Amino acid sequence: MIEIKDLSVKYQGKNQEILALDRLNIDINSGDIYTFIGPSGCGKSTFLYVLSGILKDYAGNVLVDGRDINPKTQRIGLILQNYGLLPWKNIYKNIMLGIKIKDREKVLDEYGIYILKKLGIETLLNRYPKELSGGQQQRVAIARAFILKPDLLLMDEPFSALDAITREEMQELFLNIWKENSVTTVFITHSVDEALYLGSKIVVFSPSPGRILEVLENPCFQADNLRYRDEYYDMSMKLRKTLDKG
Amino acid sequence: MLSRDKWLGALYGLLVVIILWYAVSWVLKIPIIPSPFAVFIHIIEIFESKMEIHLLYSLGRILGGIAISIIIGVPLGYLMGYFDKIDKVLSPLVYFTYPIPKIALLPIIMLLFGLGETSKLMMIVLIIIFQIIITSRDAVKGIPQEIFRSLQSLGASKLQTFTEVIIPASLPEVLTATRLALGTAVSILFFTETFGTEFGMGYFIMDSWMRVNYLDMYAGIVILSFMGFCIFSAIDISEKYICSWR
Ligand SMILES: Nc1ncnc2c1ncn2[C@@H]1O[C@H](COP(=O)(O)OP(=O)(O)OP(=O)(O)O)[C@@H](O)[C@H]1O
Ligand SMILES: [Mg+2]
Repeated sequence: MIEIKDLSVKYQGKNQEILALDRLNIDINSGDIYTFIGPSGCGKSTFLYVLSGILKDYAGNVLVDGRDINPKTQRIGLILQNYGLLPWKNIYKNIMLGIKIKDREKVLDEYGIYILKKLGIETLLNRYPKELSGGQQQRVAIARAFILKPDLLLMDEPFSALDAITREEMQELFLNIWKENSVTTVFITHSVDEALYLGSKIVVFSPSPGRILEVLENPCFQADNLRYRDEYYDMSMKLRKTLDKG
Repeated sequence: MLSRDKWLGALYGLLVVIILWYAVSWVLKIPIIPSPFAVFIHIIEIFESKMEIHLLYSLGRILGGIAISIIIGVPLGYLMGYFDKIDKVLSPLVYFTYPIPKIALLPIIMLLFGLGETSKLMMIVLIIIFQIIITSRDAVKGIPQEIFRSLQSLGASKLQTFTEVIIPASLPEVLTATRLALGTAVSILFFTETFGTEFGMGYFIMDSWMRVNYLDMYAGIVILSFMGFCIFSAIDISEKYICSWR
């Protein structure tokens, strides 16, 4: 479980301090998918930087299973909004980065190859990031995080650069992988539809400075024919209303 | 494609120099300026018997000087770039000594280390190491914070951060700085070889001058220039190869 108490983050801008997150309080249960939704600039990425141990200069408490965040002992699979690929490594080496650092692993196992095939990037391995499209880079970042088999999966708008059909395939793939290991997941999105489809809980952020407006149980999660159900419509309206009120 | 243009450019430069040289020698018709073709033929005649040993000495000194400068300068620059505390202590020193014409220190170095190889290497190192330190430091400082995020979330150690990010990200700039420092290094090499030794292209050129053997002298100048050009090109090619991701 991740317990977050009074989490605030300030950035030191050139002229003034910018309050990015304003006293967040939330408990994230192990094994669940939490989708976070909120307007641009509300602090969603900042929130992920805190959870992934990148941003250490925050106020308040964040405990993971009762202990401080520590990327050295945890396995954190992080998909950054700008993909976070290293431009001097080819795609294969970029994908290997996670397990190289965590396990000193040098070659991809069967599971890894399965993931690459599923993501459709197995033919790109010798290229460099700048030779890939945005969507391809995004899939490389997804592969890197999945192959790590993390205990905590942090995804910052991971499907934003994909076309509608690929995105749906990726959502399917993500849910399948999640079902096998039920890894605790924080999933950031700006799409109401995606939040409803993937989240067992949905967290709504206010506009900047980010506060948590509401944490909703999602009755639509894992429902069949989701998009034709009344709950889906109701939830969708409810979310939009909360987002509008701000 | 680009490197072919470069080679064509170099060839064009060489042609222009030879044509101008030939024109001057043809117009003036004095022994101080022999025709380039006479010099080239002369090189073929005397290279093995008279010049090879001098070239090897010069080559050894310059490569040694560059190697020492890189081995000491690059790690120092990296430490200064990465650890603010080290930078605060060393930067003022580097900045203060940077504009001092190191060649003026030659007498002191010679008094301290004698006329032998040590002083010659010291001079080359003194002249180019500052450039390399400052470039390495600035290259590290210039790496955007975002690049570190993936590694931070994986809990990478300091050493891993150095090998995975800092070295590859800064290498192109360090190589460029080395290449640019080379011109100065060759001048210094020439200067230090004019005394305290009987080997080296500097000695060969000055000795031919004293002996009023202008063909020998020109042959020496051509070979020394050619040596500089070869090292320059070698760094340039390794830059292309190592930084192919750019
Ligand atoms: N390095 C920084 N310095 C100063 N202010 C920053 C910095 N990074 C982010 N901010 C500010 O903090 C706030 C939160 O930024 P953040 O990137 O977390 O938003 P976000 O919710 O992820 O937005 P988006 O949906 O557009 O990705 C924004 O108002 C932004 O302007
Ligand atoms: Mg963001």
